[in-house]
Amino acid sequence: MNIGIGLPNTKADATGECLLEWARRTDEGPFSSLGVLDRMVYQSYEPMLTLAAAAGVTRRVRLAATIIAAPLRNTAILAKQAASLDALSGGRFVLGLALGARQEDYDAVGAPYRGRGRRFDEQLLTLRTFWQEESPIGPRPVQAGGPPILVGGMSERTFARVARYADGYMHGGGPPRAFARMAEKARAAWRDAGRPGKPLLWGMAYFAFGEEAAEAARHYLLDYYAFTGPFARRIAEGLLTTPQAVRQFLRGYADAGCDELILFPGVSDVEQLDRLADILA
Amino acid sequence: MNITVIGGGPAGLYISLLLKKRYPNWNITVYERHPAGVTYGWGVVFSDRTLAELREADYKSYTDITDNFVIWDTIDVWYGDRWTRCRGHVFAGIARRKLLSVLQARCQELGVVLHFEAEIEDPAQMAAKADVLIAADGVNSIVRKTYAHIFRPSLELGRARYIWFGTDKVLDAFTFIFRETEHGLFQVHAYPFDGATSTFIVECAEETWQRAGLDQADEAESIAYCEQLFADHLQGHRLLSNRSRWIRFVTVKNRTWHHENIVLLGDAAHTAHFSIGSGTKLAMEDAIALANAFEEHGDDLEAVFDEYESLRKPKVEAFQQAAIESQTYFEHVSRYLHMNPVQFTFHLLTRSGRMSFDNLRLRDPAFINTVEHDCAGVNGKAAPLFVPPPLLTQVAVGPQRLPNRLALDQPPAEDARDGTLSDEGAEALLALARREPALLITPPLAVTPEGRISPECVGLYREEHRDAWSALVERLHAERNTRVVAHLSHAGRRGATRPRRYGLDLPLPPSEAWPLLAPSPLPYTPASPQPKAMDTDDMAAVREAFVRAAQWAAEAGFDALQLNMAHGYLLASFLSPLTNQRDDEYGGSLENRMRFPLEVFDAVRAVWPDDRPLGVLLNVTDWEPGGMTEEEAVTVARALKEHGCDFVQVAVGQTTPNSRPVYGRNYLKSYSDLIRNEVRLPTICGGYLLTADDVNTLVAAGRADLCVLTVEEASP
Repeated sequence: MNIGIGLPNTKADATGECLLEWARRTDEGPFSSLGVLDRMVYQSYEPMLTLAAAAGVTRRVRLAATIIAAPLRNTAILAKQAASLDALSGGRFVLGLALGARQEDYDAVGAPYRGRGRRFDEQLLTLRTFWQEESPIGPRPVQAGGPPILVGGMSERTFARVARYADGYMHGGGPPRAFARMAEKARAAWRDAGRPGKPLLWGMAYFAFGEEAAEAARHYLLDYYAFTGPFARRIAEGLLTTPQAVRQFLRGYADAGCDELILFPGVSDVEQLDRLADILA
Repeated sequence: MNITVIGGGPAGLYISLLLKKRYPNWNITVYERHPAGVTYGWGVVFSDRTLAELREADYKSYTDITDNFVIWDTIDVWYGDRWTRCRGHVFAGIARRKLLSVLQARCQELGVVLHFEAEIEDPAQMAAKADVLIAADGVNSIVRKTYAHIFRPSLELGRARYIWFGTDKVLDAFTFIFRETEHGLFQVHAYPFDGATSTFIVECAEETWQRAGLDQADEAESIAYCEQLFADHLQGHRLLSNRSRWIRFVTVKNRTWHHENIVLLGDAAHTAHFSIGSGTKLAMEDAIALANAFEEHGDDLEAVFDEYESLRKPKVEAFQQAAIESQTYFEHVSRYLHMNPVQFTFHLLTRSGRMSFDNLRLRDPAFINTVEHDCAGVNGKAAPLFVPPPLLTQVAVGPQRLPNRLALDQPPAEDARDGTLSDEGAEALLALARREPALLITPPLAVTPEGRISPECVGLYREEHRDAWSALVERLHAERNTRVVAHLSHAGRRGATRPRRYGLDLPLPPSEAWPLLAPSPLPYTPASPQPKAMDTDDMAAVREAFVRAAQWAAEAGFDALQLNMAHGYLLASFLSPLTNQRDDEYGGSLENRMRFPLEVFDAVRAVWPDDRPLGVLLNVTDWEPGGMTEEEAVTVARALKEHGCDFVQVAVGQTTPNSRPVYGRNYLKSYSDLIRNEVRLPTICGGYLLTADDVNTLVAAGRADLCVLTVEEASP
């Protein structure tokens, strides 16, 4: 299982330089990818642009949009951005897409909230055609067939989307058992669709080490996930705060067949990254 | 805090005593409609897990409850004029009346105020007066009705009729009785709950109930009817009534369980069919969770209720799912009357999916030994002591006897050229053959070049294809004597797509695509090209292509043939009303929609050798509103059977890209069960099966004859 690092692009106190420093250090450390989160109505950085900036200061790690609310965006522009990011980064881009549950985000960009599921299906259906040889819209992605597409979400329909259009599934966070259940659904759907091989399975979690950082991180998670109602508390409770918790969590995800686990910091202090690297060493 | 509790059942009393114990200063008042001591229903059942939670929550009432327990570990099934018995299931029962009196006494001891004969008319007013209003007012909750626009309840009525009796016959096991009458099947769910009395629930189908005249019967007549029907079992004991009526079970669900300072508890929030355990258990677990949430979040009601609901709702929903499966089983149990008592009992015990072959072996090794002998078809004193597990038993499919219950298959090929399997593709099939399945099913073989899903799919539309398969089938036979099934297919409007490593149904660029055929000119996705609506010449050509491919398959030495009528490919798209909108004799009614698929089947049957099985991969549901239903699939399967079909492999969905599947382990189980037992055709069931336990459970229960296992390389 590969371990990636999430950039704190939804932390209000993260400066531009702070985000780039996270990106640089991640590229130097034992990590395989950089993730970003997507929120419209929030004090957060635009994820695709953040990854573009990160592409400029990294050489090695994959740049993963984990995860973007697709129906908020125009499909052609999204496809062009994705192809550009893939070309600019030398084929390091991964495109994670989901519905986005917050109506305020839809209202803010003037996208209709109703019918977003159907629109998401249409976007997934056409996305790759922009990357084909015949397409007049460039650039060509570096990766054959375009960057891998991950689909996130919890609804039953999510898994049909994974199997139909994507290369894998991106889980939204939770204990290993919850991940394992969703991974099973993704594999079952994949097989039913007659896709060759297995779906990629990505997961995510939050970490914060030290009492003060953990407290601040919980506070942030309750705020960031307030829209989920009761589940904000569950997510905050799932915060990884000790070496033991991190190790057990990684073991659980690896056993469940996770290919790539993105660990997001609950606070923006880059010193947290060194502490995580020590634990993983 | 002032807490008002509506409803003095187990949920209301238990939450009251738990809160009062922790917060002696709170004012907690319970309003109960009935007089003290009056209760309906007889016994209540708990599992050992619930008991541990009760013990943790309040030791005093726990000991009072358990002092009154009757405990047993056996399930007895009367079916086919004999008892079949399975042990190792720990249950504990108590009289509902006794449980309530224990809880009432504990409430009074702690200082909870109890008002009996208090009818509630205006919950809103009560909510306004109290800090918290706990609605524990049961399945017909007034509070839920008052705030229906918030809670958005759904009430689903079961199809069967049942009546709740007691009996003074003392039972020593959870007892199921199945009895056929001239009016139909009656079943009994009975269990002990104190030293002198047992619960005795009689259930039957609505039609049976009417035919027996029970819709016209009063309580005394119903008792007389049931006493006579079950006289052998009652052995002179009486059935006791308690305002007993024939009712249909209501499954209650709510979108949310709380609103402002109001929270739903127990049956008011959710019900689960009685055949899987008691609502009382769920209600008391709710009370524990709510009390814990108060302890954690104090007077922050939003946090308390969020915590309670987020903890309980997923658990209750999982339980309700299992309960629905159990309820559905009892509503359709007459489907299984062809089974012998051992298989019938195993099927009954595994109905909700919570119990498997391995679980039952741990509980009762002797019972599973009997099941194994039954599957192996050997019994009696001359039989061997031990026999292979169900998955390694023989099975007859049409004219052939297969050595075990395993089938392996492969997704559509990704590297064929002009329909010819690549060397790697051949090696992959050989590797599967070495796993010793009884059946090895090829990837879909297109019967014409246009019938391919992608340019890299394999086919059986040229003589060279026959010769290549002939050589490969010989090697496969040499490998482990596996039977090879040719899976003939025409992609229809799902043809001319890019290989599936890129995704499903992504159309080829126009320069590489070919014209598509379908019953009606409807593209598969908005991006797919429009197919041609087939005329009679097209149909004749496709039929001939299937016939020619079948002849070549026979010449190539394939042991069995499977025709694809699934997943929205050509023949399936004739069956589904979503994709067949013809107004000629091939569209409209189901009879018309299945005409062409049956014509193809008949033409293939005529040329396929009689000594080799011929089957169909059949969609049992489209998983989509307006699509083919399970009832229609049963009709299609019956017709196929009459036309000489030897087996059905079950499939679901993909008729259009908008099907709404529910994936997970074993997701085809109920569809295979339906076809096998309603139509009495051998079935092959896939659906993400991973373990021997999955296969043993399906086979021993008679839900499938063969299972397609998903072979996943274990991570190192």
